[in-house]
Amino acid sequence: MVDIPEHLLLRSAEARAKALGISVEQALAEMKGETEPTVVAKDPEIKVIDETPAPAAETPEAETPEAETPAPAAEKPAPAAETPAAETPAAETPAPEAEKPAPEAEKPAPAAEKTAPAASKTDTPEEVDFAPEVKVTQRLLTVVKAKPIQKPVAEPVDKVNTWPHLMLPEFVSLMAMTAFLILLSAILQAPLLEEANPNVTPNPAKAPWYFLGLQELLSYWDPQIAGVMIPLVLGVVLWMAFPYIDRNPETHPSKRKFAIMFYTFFLAGAGVLTIIGVLFRGPGWNWTYPWIDGIWFDDLLDWIHFE
Amino acid sequence: MQKLSLRDKIKEARISAADSFRGGKLMSSIFRPGSPFRKGYVDSPRNRSYVVMNNVLYHLHPVKVKRHGVRLSYTLCLGGLSFFLFIVLTITGIWLMFYFRPTELAYVDIQNLQTSIAFGSLVRNMHRWGAHLMVLVVFLHMSRVFYHGAYKAPREFNWVIGVILLLLTLLLSFTGYLLPWDQLAIWAVTVGGNMAGYTPVIGAQAKFGLFAGLEATTATLLRFYVLHVLFLPFIIVIFMAVHFWRVRKDGGISGPL
Ligand code: HEM
Repeated sequence: MVDIPEHLLLRSAEARAKALGISVEQALAEMKGETEPTVVAKDPEIKVIDETPAPAAETPEAETPEAETPAPAAEKPAPAAETPAAETPAAETPAPEAEKPAPEAEKPAPAAEKTAPAASKTDTPEEVDFAPEVKVTQRLLTVVKAKPIQKPVAEPVDKVNTWPHLMLPEFVSLMAMTAFLILLSAILQAPLLEEANPNVTPNPAKAPWYFLGLQELLSYWDPQIAGVMIPLVLGVVLWMAFPYIDRNPETHPSKRKFAIMFYTFFLAGAGVLTIIGVLFRGPGWNWTYPWIDGIWFDDLLDWIHFE
Repeated sequence: MQKLSLRDKIKEARISAADSFRGGKLMSSIFRPGSPFRKGYVDSPRNRSYVVMNNVLYHLHPVKVKRHGVRLSYTLCLGGLSFFLFIVLTITGIWLMFYFRPTELAYVDIQNLQTSIAFGSLVRNMHRWGAHLMVLVVFLHMSRVFYHGAYKAPREFNWVIGVILLLLTLLLSFTGYLLPWDQLAIWAVTVGGNMAGYTPVIGAQAKFGLFAGLEATTATLLRFYVLHVLFLPFIIVIFMAVHFWRVRKDGGISGPL
């Protein structure tokens, strides 16, 4: 057998002495096989008794203790347990005590007989020895729940590989968009009016469509308000600060009705103003009906003529 | 072994030639391990990771993304399309620069482009409609972000960068509007520049700076040209880089709702 370092032996002897209530020297002696092991019955081991209705005491095969060398039983209890119970009384003893297999499992049957004297030899408290064949050498101190030691900070997220699950749709939308743009450009001619002439003011002079909502506002209000304050203050500063103003952490639409309403009104307002600016404004920025008076919107010159 | 027909022999030779090309030194020097263009690529989870990891796209995309984020119905690919449109506009724009001078000749150049240069009209149309489309798509992207509440913590600052990107997109479109130097261009820009003139306190200076003078002239044209082809694209690329980087650093796409 492998030599166990002295300090380890001492440590386990201390643990054994504490568990059994015996002195350290005696525990050491027992472990070295110099004295008979102390046997104490403890109720936690009842389970073991249930499984083996005291075979050790009854089996006639008690004469074959040497066949069951203690070492294998201690090292790998599983195979030992598989062999027929009759031949392996040792397997049923609380074998997994690697430190002192020799004395403990050596002679199971005699041990059962000698329990009483062994117990009286030591100064263990008076306990009725219900199951003498069970040698308690350790106790259950606590039950540790099967939880990871490290606490996960973030829950795992359901993820997929970027290739191909994201890159393929991206590629397809890129292709679709390019095809759409080429088609559009083949059908719709971009406008080119007469050469720029600062002396001839067209009537009406319209801004690009994305500014036409503003130009429309400009026709109602003072230009300082409509042309500068609204786009700069509302459009840029407030809009940039928006995430810092809206402190509601919810993202579900049902929990941010005000924000949704706010943006939808903004969208609708901007949309209506832009459509008015594009379709319903003619010479002198007067109201015109596209189906009666025609459209003044040169960006779509080709399309208008095509009509 | 059966005798091969000539056709099979050619086919076999072609396959083995393609194989040895794909496995050769040239291809392996161009494509890093794991690339589907290399020999022996098999579709495995490991290789799927390598496709991204050993690729310049790793700067844009992580190896894995949230499952709900790749559903087309979530982002509608609007941010991606804004970026694609920007790339299309860069390519067509560079092409247009070969034929364009930002001087009194600008108008003539555009006319010539449309009438005497192969695909001139098509490329000009693509650049112009693409620009309009980009304004629209960026706007839709912003609306998508808003309705998802995707600007909320920790993404507040990416929204701020987004607003800057929207402004830059509008400015790019607006400066480009003047370049054809026709009546539409000059008067639309005049309307816009006059609006800047209403700025309190510094109105006159703002207008003068924009027009490079008191009204839209060829000096304005040069100014807008430089802004349009150099300065603004330079700035917007920087902000886009920060924008994409923040999308990843803020934990990828937001949601699910
Ligand atoms: C040139 C313009 C822009 C480009 C190229 C761009 C590109 C992108 C891309 C590719 C994404 C990834 C997710 C997606 O596709 O939706 C994204 C996300 C985002 N963008 Fe933009 N964007 C632009 C303008 C804007 C604007 C105008 C805003 C808002 C004012 C904005 C705010 C955001 C925010 C907050 C996210 C994170 C969304 C999320 O996590 O769900 N972006 N952007």
